[in-house]
Order: sequence, then C-alpha cells, then structure tokens
Amino acid sequence: MANFNLKINGQSHQVEVDEDTPLLWVLRDHLGLVGTKYSCGIAQCGACTVHVNGEAMFSCTMPVSSVGSDEVTTIEGLSKDGNHPVQKAWDEVDVAQCGYCQAGQIMTAAAFLKKNPKPTTDEIENAMNRNICRCGTYHKIREAVAMAAKTK
Amino acid sequence: MATTIKTNRRDFLKIAATATGGLLIGFGWSSCDTPKVQVLSTEEVLAKAHNFNSFLSISPDGDIVIYSPNPELGQNIITSFPMIVADELDADWKKVRVLQAPLDNQRFERQLTGGSGAMPHSWERLRKAGASAKYLLLSAAAAKLEVPQEELYAEESMIYHKNSKKKISYGELVMDAAALEIPEEVPLKDPKDFKLIGTPVKNVKNKEMFTGQPLYGLDVYKDGMVNAMIQRAPFGMKIKSVDDAAARSVKGVLDVVVFKNNVAVVGSTTWPLMKAKRMLKIEYEPDGAVESTFDHDRLFAEMLDAKTAQIMRQDGDVDAAFKNAAQVITAEYQCPFLPHAPMEPQNFFAHVKEDSAELIGPTQTPDRARMETARLLGIPVENITVDITRLGGGFGRRLMADFVVEAAELSKILDKPVKVTWSREDDNTGGGYRPAVRYRFSAALDEAGNMIGYKLRGAGMNAGNTTRENNFPSGAVPNVLIENVNHRSTVTTNAWRAPITNFLAYAEQSFLDEVALAAKKDPVAFRLELLKKAKNEPVGQLGYDVDRMIGVVEGAAERANWGKNANVKQGFSVYFSHRSYVAQVADIEMENDQPVLKRITAVTDCGVVVHPTGADHQVRGGIVDGMGHAMFGNLTFENGMPKQRNFDSYRLIRMKEVPEVNVHYLQTPFEPTGLGEPALPPTGGAIANAIYAATGQRLRAQPFIEQKEYSSLNLQIKRA
Repeated sequence: MANFNLKINGQSHQVEVDEDTPLLWVLRDHLGLVGTKYSCGIAQCGACTVHVNGEAMFSCTMPVSSVGSDEVTTIEGLSKDGNHPVQKAWDEVDVAQCGYCQAGQIMTAAAFLKKNPKPTTDEIENAMNRNICRCGTYHKIREAVAMAAKTK
Repeated sequence: MATTIKTNRRDFLKIAATATGGLLIGFGWSSCDTPKVQVLSTEEVLAKAHNFNSFLSISPDGDIVIYSPNPELGQNIITSFPMIVADELDADWKKVRVLQAPLDNQRFERQLTGGSGAMPHSWERLRKAGASAKYLLLSAAAAKLEVPQEELYAEESMIYHKNSKKKISYGELVMDAAALEIPEEVPLKDPKDFKLIGTPVKNVKNKEMFTGQPLYGLDVYKDGMVNAMIQRAPFGMKIKSVDDAAARSVKGVLDVVVFKNNVAVVGSTTWPLMKAKRMLKIEYEPDGAVESTFDHDRLFAEMLDAKTAQIMRQDGDVDAAFKNAAQVITAEYQCPFLPHAPMEPQNFFAHVKEDSAELIGPTQTPDRARMETARLLGIPVENITVDITRLGGGFGRRLMADFVVEAAELSKILDKPVKVTWSREDDNTGGGYRPAVRYRFSAALDEAGNMIGYKLRGAGMNAGNTTRENNFPSGAVPNVLIENVNHRSTVTTNAWRAPITNFLAYAEQSFLDEVALAAKKDPVAFRLELLKKAKNEPVGQLGYDVDRMIGVVEGAAERANWGKNANVKQGFSVYFSHRSYVAQVADIEMENDQPVLKRITAVTDCGVVVHPTGADHQVRGGIVDGMGHAMFGNLTFENGMPKQRNFDSYRLIRMKEVPEVNVHYLQTPFEPTGLGEPALPPTGGAIANAIYAATGQRLRAQPFIEQKEYSSLNLQIKRA
C-alpha cells in the first residue's frame, strides 16, 4: 500500500492503494467516479477511456503509480454541465443504445478533436476504431464526431 | 379514423386521487373489481393497487410521471413507452418525467425484456392509459368551464374551448378528474393526429449517460457492502480441492468462500480480488461429459446421420419428390457457440437478511430473478425486492438468473450486502451461450426448376428446436420434411438475440440462394415465385403473412436496385422473426481488383414505427451485430473450457469494419411490432450471398474469416 496524490478533474485526491491498482479501479472504487467503465480490463475495448494530460488513455491497464502529477480528466469532468461540444453532439444525434461504452467513446472523440479539429471521415474512423460498441452505434458515433467538429 | 376502445371488466382502468392531490391512473387485466375511484396516498396506491400495468400520475402543478416497467438495455423502451402515453394524453412532453419502475407484478404485467415483445404487448394498453386520463380531464374541464365536452380540445397539457378564449391546465383539473367515473369507452387518436409517436424524440437518459452518472448495475455501491468475484468451474467439472493460501495473502482480501462449484474471493474493493482470483489453486475432476470442440464435431456428424430424429413438420411425400427430382441440391451449414459479450459484464447486488432480500442490478427478467432467489433461500417472494438498474447490454444473457442467485447465496453465507462482479473472462467463460448448431438441407427440383421437395435436419447442442418449421419456405413447397436432433451438452446455453433464427436465417437464405442458382433463376424472382405459391396454394400451416413477406422482398429489391448494375455484386436475404419482416441486400463492389463490402440495404415491415430513432438504432444495430458475429464470432472449447476469454481473442466488430447501412420501412397500417431482434437474422445470408455473387465462393460456416476459402476471397470489409 502507498499514498498517491492524484489530480482529477481539477481537484486533488489522496488515495491509499497498492501501486499496481489500475487508475480505473481507483476512480470507481475509491473516488466514486463511476462514469469510467470496466469492460475488458486488457486495453481492448476503450470503455475505460480517460484523458491524461489531454491524451486519451485506457485507465484499466494504467497503474496508479504511473499517473504521478499528470492531470486526469474523466467523463464527469469533461464539462461543467454536459455542454462539451462532443457531449452536445452525442445528444443531438441521439447516439446511444445501452450507453455503457459511450462515456469512453466521448472521451476518445474529445481528445481526438482537440488534436485534429477538422478531421476527414477516415481520420474519424481511425481514431474511433479503438472503442468497441457492442450495440453497433458506429454510424451515429461517426456522425456525432463530425457534428462536434463542425459546431466547435 | 379515431377508434373507440371499450373498457371491460377484464381490461379496465384504475384511477385514484392521491392524498397530496393529483391523479393516478393505471390498468388491470385479470381482477374482478369494478372500476371505481379511490382516494389514496401515492404510497397507498403503490402498496395496495392490484393489477396495474402501466401507470401515470399528474400532480396539481402539472408534473406528469410515467413509470417504465420494462428493463432498459438499449432498446429505448424508457423513451418510447412514455411517448405513447403522453401522445394520447396530449401532454406537454417537457413536463413528463420518466421513472424506471421496480419489479412489481401486482401493478405491472410482463416486466421483462426479451423476444422483441414489449411493443406489441403494450401498444394498445399504453394508448388507453393516456387516452383515458385525457378523457377524464376533458370531462372535468367541461364541468368547470360550463361548456359541452365536445367543444373542448387538449394540447400540450392544456384544455381549450373552441368557441371562446377559455382555457385551463391539466394541473388545475386533476382533483376534479380523479373524482369521476372511468368511462366505458375511450376514444383513441386517429394516427394522423399523433404528435410524438413517429417523431425522433430524444432518449430521456441522454444527459445521465453522457455525463457519467451512476446508472448501471456495476455502479451500485451501498453502505456496508463488500465486493466479490467468483471462480466458476469448467463445464462438466466439479471442484476436487482448493488451495486459497496465496489468494488470502493478497492485501484487501477479506475472505475466500467455497460454495457449490464456486470459489468466491471477498474484499472491500475490486482490484485485489482480480489479483487474488488468479492465485487460487483449484483442482477439478469430471462431473459429467468434459467436452472439447473436437467432441462436438463428432457428435454433430452422428446427429446429422442418425437414423431417427424428431419430426417437426411433414407435408406430402418427400421420398417420392426426391426420387422423381430432375435435380437434388444438398448442403450443410454450421455455426459455433457464441457468448453474448455485453459491454457491461454480469453483476448483481444482493442483501439477504433473516427472512427478506434486497436485489439490485441489471436483469432482463426481474421476476425470474426473484422467484429463483426465493426458491433457493426459502424466503417468501413478497419479502424480496428487485430494483432494475439500466443494463449495459443484454442480448439474452440477462434472461438467466444464475448471476442473481449466486450473489444472493453469497450474501446469505457472508451475512453481508455484497456486489458480485464478473470479469470479462468470467463473462465469456460463464456459459449460457448461443448454442452451436448444424443444418443439412436438401432440395428437389423438377425439370422446370420448381422446388418440389425440401428437407431440413437441424442438430443442436442444448438448442431445443433448431428449426422454425412453419416459417418460409414451408407452405410454398408441396413435399416437406423438417427434423430436429438435440444433444444434451454440459456446456450451458440460453437465448441469444433472435434465438435460433440468428443462425438459421443465414443457413436457410444461403441454401435457397444455392437452389435458385441451380434452378437458373434470379434469387429474388425465385423467392417471389415460392411466395406466390404459398399465397395461392398454401401447403399446411403457415407461420408468416405471405403478403407482408412479399412486401419487404419487393421493397428491398427496389430500394437496392437489385440486379440493375452489373458492377455491383449483390446478395439477397429475407426473414420473418418476432412478428416483424426484414429483407436485406448486401452490395459488393470491385475497387482496385478487390471485392469491397460497400453497403447493406434493409427494408422492414414492423407496422407503425413508434420511435424512428429507436427503430433505426435497432435495425442498424441488428445488422452490425449480425455482420460482426457472422464474420468473426467463435467460441471453441478444450476440456470444458472456452478458449476465447477476452476481446483480444474473441473479436467484436469495430467502426472501420462497418459498411454503409441504408434503412427503410414499409408504411403499413399494422400495430407496431418489436425490432430488438428481427433485423439481425437476415444479415449473414445477405453477405454470404453477395460474397458468392462476387467471388463464386460459398461460405457454409461461421465465422467467415476462419473458413479456409476466406483468405483467397481477398474481401475488403473496411469502408473504402
């Protein structure tokens, strides 16, 4: 067990956990931030995607000890009131079915659009291919990312 | 035309005024009570009212609450059900709040999600709930405004008088309305006057989903709760010995409990349990047949050749038809076991006390979860509550109750509230799979290429009836024999989105393509020819509506420009399941000398489209699901253990692999039927038939990418 001081959604959090504990489980079990989802645990599906210094990362395989003083943003901290352009586009297109993967999809899309504000369809698909949606909402995800890029 | 619905004794409405003021309304179906007004508090209504199905309340300040009784797993019933009530009520949608109802079979009927059945079951009932409330509000308004009721109309939670400027809000009328008798007859809207039905109303849960609010079973954290993960046994095995010393040494592990064939590790948080579970040393011994895929292959061969089988349907004289045939076509098709792989792995919270239990989590069948818990623990059903969380996918796996019952049993052993979390590996290896099935088809053609005989033998692993014996082409062929053989495997199976038809449709529609081509007929013309026979000279019982089937076949051929462009190689498929009709065309085009799967066009007849966004999601999602599993899905076994345990080896379809999908509906006057399943079955056949048209290779087994012919196809499934 060790103490970690984490910067999450602009706030400082102290946790005492084993150093190999994935960031995902620190968020969910210790900090009550359950918007970040567990699905595969092996960095295959993207349901656990968070931003670390603005970069989309799989939190399920990221040991808490590797986070250090990096800035972590989760879906809960992406915007104040769900009004990030990606969240608004997700609502406008009505993207979700079961919704379980969508927080991860939104986090991947938000990080991608920050780097590439005017993406082509191919670029959107390349960026979003790391996130699985078992319900098959891919067409609507693609549409919502394109819409968010236009409305930014 | 507006229709009038009679409220009779078996199908009446209930109404009550609440002590806090307001109107509550719901229905009963089987009670012998006569409709009457009762003044009760909301809590009293919830506690005492019998046989309520749907349920809405309107408060004096105009707030409307509509309960959604069915588990929500992405079909968006939590939006479309309230839309129906609110439309007939002429409610202001902005004032409607939708709540997920807990399990309560005193008040609600058919509280389950499965079989694409919610919409056909509840369509009329929900309309009546809204229409009856509106009728009472209109009556109350007529008295209050002192004008004839016929001169009033309702709009957005207000009632207006046509001939004056008089108006009054629903909130102001609810107490008066609650004192009225329920009318015998309730007028329903003319469909052309629908305001919400048929419009793309947004999902009522968007904000919560897109800001990461706790909604799902895994998001349940309760005071005093411990976490647990369970190592379950391979199929056909039982525990011989457990060495838990290493697991217990992991910091954060509170206990290790062995019960039935399970070893549970218990702790305050999840991660230590994931580590500890891997350190368990469990020895297993056989407890029945320990099967591998190799054994299943042998068993299938035996079943397809077995002398006897269960006869599911027999028309005419099949032996004579085959003896007299000018041509006989025979082919075998096969599919593997599949896990459901919902994005949210199985989980459940249970708090079992002396003589009661609290259950919370993602279940498609809360009633079954409660009954099985009651039976196992000897607790009266009425002392068990079930709260339904949102489900992170279901696909049929959550129709089972194994994951609920084990949590309840563990809670009882620990004497603590517990949440049991399945890892992805647990979810993939935990059984309840889509059964593995094989089919042998034979068709007899006469000189003119007419199908005069049709034989199908299905063989399944715990599949029950692998056929749909009264489905097309039954009814269109004079001599038919349909048989079934089943093996009782130790590998457990369960309904998987569009049970049986999720694979049967591919096999049958591919085989019919083979027969059409052998008869030198266009695949669409061949199907239409058969359907005309079924219409004009039906043979035996038909489980489908021939005209509606013809409608989608012709519709899809037209929308996809069937056969009109020589550069587009097309595959056709049509299937009827769960009361809806869907035909699909897959298009393959050559790009840089490479066949590319470009698009799938679907034409659906599901009657009235209640919620176009939801319908589009289900048709599109069904096609993506059908394609993904036809292409990639495989679960193989070695000594009772599945080999594909996570998404690195169990491949799910991704964005770049999805073609363009065009979705169309026939405008038909039929009552709405469900769409959670019907779009999936036709997809595999449409793709396989297009692959044949483009490459001359017939894929008779899934997953396609693992067939030896596949690599030579050079097929590109990514969008160009």
